[in-house]
Amino acid sequence: MTFQAEWLRGTLLGLALVMAAPALAGNNPDDGVVTDFLLDNGMEVVVIPDHRAPIVTHMVWYKIGSADEPPGKSGIAHFFEHLMFKATSNHAAGELDRAVAAIGGSDNAFTSYDYTAFHETVVPQALGEMMGFEADRMRNLILNDDVIKTERDVILEERRSRIDSNPQAVLDEEVDATLWQNQPYRIPVIGWMQEMEKLNRTDAMAFYNKYYTPNNAVLVVAGDVEPETVKALAEKTYGKVARGPDLPPRIRPVEPEQNTRRTVTLTDGRVSVPSFTTQWVVPSYHTAKPGEAEALDVLSEILGGGNRSRLYQELVVRQGIAATAGAFFQGTMLDDTNFTVYGAPRGDAKLADVEAAVDAEIARIAKDGVTSDELEKSKDRFVRSMIFARDKQEDMANIYGSTLATGGNVQDVQQWPDRIRKVTADQVKEVAARYLNLDHATTGYLLPQTQAGN
Amino acid sequence: MMNQHGPALSSLLVGSSPSPTRGAGPLLATLFLSLVFLVLPALSARAAMNIQEVTSPKGITAWLVEDYSVPIVAIRFVFDGGATQDPPGKEGLANLMSGLFDEGAGNLDSEAFQIKLDEVGAEMSFDAQRDGIYGSMRMLADQRDGAFDLLRVAVNQPRFDQVPIDRIRAQILSGIIASERDPDTLAQRKWLDAIYGRHPYARPDQGTRQSIATITPADLSAFHKANFARDGLHVAVVGAIDAETLKQKLDLVFGSLPEKQALTPVPDIDLKLGQQLEVVYDQPQASLQLAYPGVKRNAPDFFAAVLMNEILGGGTFTSRLFDEVREKRGLAYSVSSDLVDHQHSEALSITTSTRADRAAETLAVVRDVVKRMADEGPTEAELAATKKYMIGAYAINNLNSSGAIASTLVEIQLGKLGIDYMQRRAALINAVTQDQVKAVAKKLLSAEPAVMVVGPKLGAANKG
Repeated sequence: MTFQAEWLRGTLLGLALVMAAPALAGNNPDDGVVTDFLLDNGMEVVVIPDHRAPIVTHMVWYKIGSADEPPGKSGIAHFFEHLMFKATSNHAAGELDRAVAAIGGSDNAFTSYDYTAFHETVVPQALGEMMGFEADRMRNLILNDDVIKTERDVILEERRSRIDSNPQAVLDEEVDATLWQNQPYRIPVIGWMQEMEKLNRTDAMAFYNKYYTPNNAVLVVAGDVEPETVKALAEKTYGKVARGPDLPPRIRPVEPEQNTRRTVTLTDGRVSVPSFTTQWVVPSYHTAKPGEAEALDVLSEILGGGNRSRLYQELVVRQGIAATAGAFFQGTMLDDTNFTVYGAPRGDAKLADVEAAVDAEIARIAKDGVTSDELEKSKDRFVRSMIFARDKQEDMANIYGSTLATGGNVQDVQQWPDRIRKVTADQVKEVAARYLNLDHATTGYLLPQTQAGN
Repeated sequence: MMNQHGPALSSLLVGSSPSPTRGAGPLLATLFLSLVFLVLPALSARAAMNIQEVTSPKGITAWLVEDYSVPIVAIRFVFDGGATQDPPGKEGLANLMSGLFDEGAGNLDSEAFQIKLDEVGAEMSFDAQRDGIYGSMRMLADQRDGAFDLLRVAVNQPRFDQVPIDRIRAQILSGIIASERDPDTLAQRKWLDAIYGRHPYARPDQGTRQSIATITPADLSAFHKANFARDGLHVAVVGAIDAETLKQKLDLVFGSLPEKQALTPVPDIDLKLGQQLEVVYDQPQASLQLAYPGVKRNAPDFFAAVLMNEILGGGTFTSRLFDEVREKRGLAYSVSSDLVDHQHSEALSITTSTRADRAAETLAVVRDVVKRMADEGPTEAELAATKKYMIGAYAINNLNSSGAIASTLVEIQLGKLGIDYMQRRAALINAVTQDQVKAVAKKLLSAEPAVMVVGPKLGAANKG
């Protein structure tokens, strides 16, 4: 559909990952039985066996993301992720990529607010080799100014590609900076252009030496492998890397209470259909009181999780005023997170009509709560999404990795479905009433140029 | 199609286009992170996959991979035809129809159908592509009877009620309007017109404001009848179901459809290459798109071309284009080449986006890399490494979930490659010689390409 729907698709996907669940036993006795342990140097290890195919996914998650960056150095976490593919004292640049390609594997990496992860998917026989590469680049990277300069050009192009060429992304960036006034999630993961342009070798090495240590990393291995094998290989590779200094607890500035209604507007010549997103600061799974984040998950599903949701049924189907409308909650974050609703008009309807109708649904849910049918069906959807998620092992690895990198543990993932099952209608109503205060919300408007001045 | 029915969440995990975008995903945290997850490789390759050919009493054939590891069943099927069958003036008909299968069927209206679909815990989607209309369903094994029965009514008795037609049409229209001033959309429009001329491939799959306004329930019913017939059907099923049960389900879902499709023949078309297009828009980047001749899926030099493309700009971080454009010069974040095979045309396309003031330089580097490949072909070492990569990567890229396996099996059927294709594939790749790759490189890349630049005027430096 539209560009906007693609964007929403991306956001909902994040939710699906958060919701997916621990595997249950498959054909093989140990399929889905998750093992976790610590290496002597403090590196955490999680093994998720799945013997359906002779393949493993190997991921190293560092508990370092853009929200941990020093002031003025925005983008260094992501820039450093790119630099991790350069030469080390043992391997030339590109050697890992070539080794992975030579066995038909694949590799990549990604950076978020709270973590940075590197991963390879290969045949099980190559697992030890991959661990060797990852353990090597954890400490032995060599960076020179030429490498820095060229790769910095790449991330600048990445920013131009992903943000600066895209009005929705330009708006989102500034909505984030408005929603978050104090918490570091206000800074874009890719960084602000003028700070990215100045990132240098000294910044990169300082970042590397501080955060890329075994005691700040989580190894997740999913696939056709036994925990004992993983342990033996990990001890031979990662186990040889010296423990780094203990890192201070990840305590970051938190958000003050929001006492205002904030709006951010972008009018752009490329836009023809207006749209809005409204966001609130809410607790994440890591910061919430017991049961509260689960209730927010259920609330987002009932309010705007799909075609059976209230927003879709009321705005798109019954009133026929919206092309799209929905909600989502991003629970797997280290600090407080955001709850978002969105919509765009269709036909003769105005954006204000859609926004008012969304607000009305929020007010209704906060006042009257949800029905037991809605509650049970939304829980069923969560539960089956977990069963479907078990079909794709990389999803399992991502669920465990992202949870462990944001302050959670293996049990949190495994007990999540039970905790969702326990959410009550009262809890859903309560979190809606407590957090979705329309007078203290942050809204972004993306408008066509013809509406400028309205 | 736009309307992701089926309580979506995890259904959104399906469907990805692997591309090398290292480090993609820093922005907006999880928003983009989730997109990155899509390009991650996958696990369950099922190397020893056993594909059964199952034929029902009424003569419906499906390929089945029986697998009980996860208690789900995935079915994917396609009817030949697709958006090329939209009658002139009714462009967007196939696309609109594909949005209506969960909007009422049999004695269930839209609301009743969707409630029931939710209750049986299944996810159903339809998608009109250029050469076929695809359908997929993912269901829980213990509720598969209810799910298959809903699929039966959707496939056989879609209601095409006026109210949901108008609603889905309005959503599509909203999408069409939303992209009317988007330079990339406008550029793609111009590109399709330029390379396809008056061929149906040049038409927008979603239709136009005018064309979708004319579509009636009678158009939809007639289109359904002409396209949803057994002789144009290809089916694959993966998961917790045995052959005997599947035979019953095949008859249930497809056995009562008409025997023969009534399709309008679509001619093959040679792309109009050797032209320069420019879409001027003041933005920080310029995007470059080049099209060269491609090879047909059944051509003898198909695998030589695939290997050549992989070396030139394929899905790894080791391709020549990646190395020259990104690694050595930092000109772009992503650059790649793809072999595109439609039923009636084929091409090798190269795309990248670069800083506007270095667009000319980037284009020159790309042209130079292409010329070198055309003149010299790959080295022996590149070819050997790429063969290994392509053989090993097949499972990771194509068989990483039940849905992906079903999808791959349907494509193998469409390509008429044979049920033993996966066993033969490695040998086909290994048999390709360096001379054959050189020959195909010369053949495809010596042609003068179609080139499109979208962005500030070339040469006019933009304060980026």
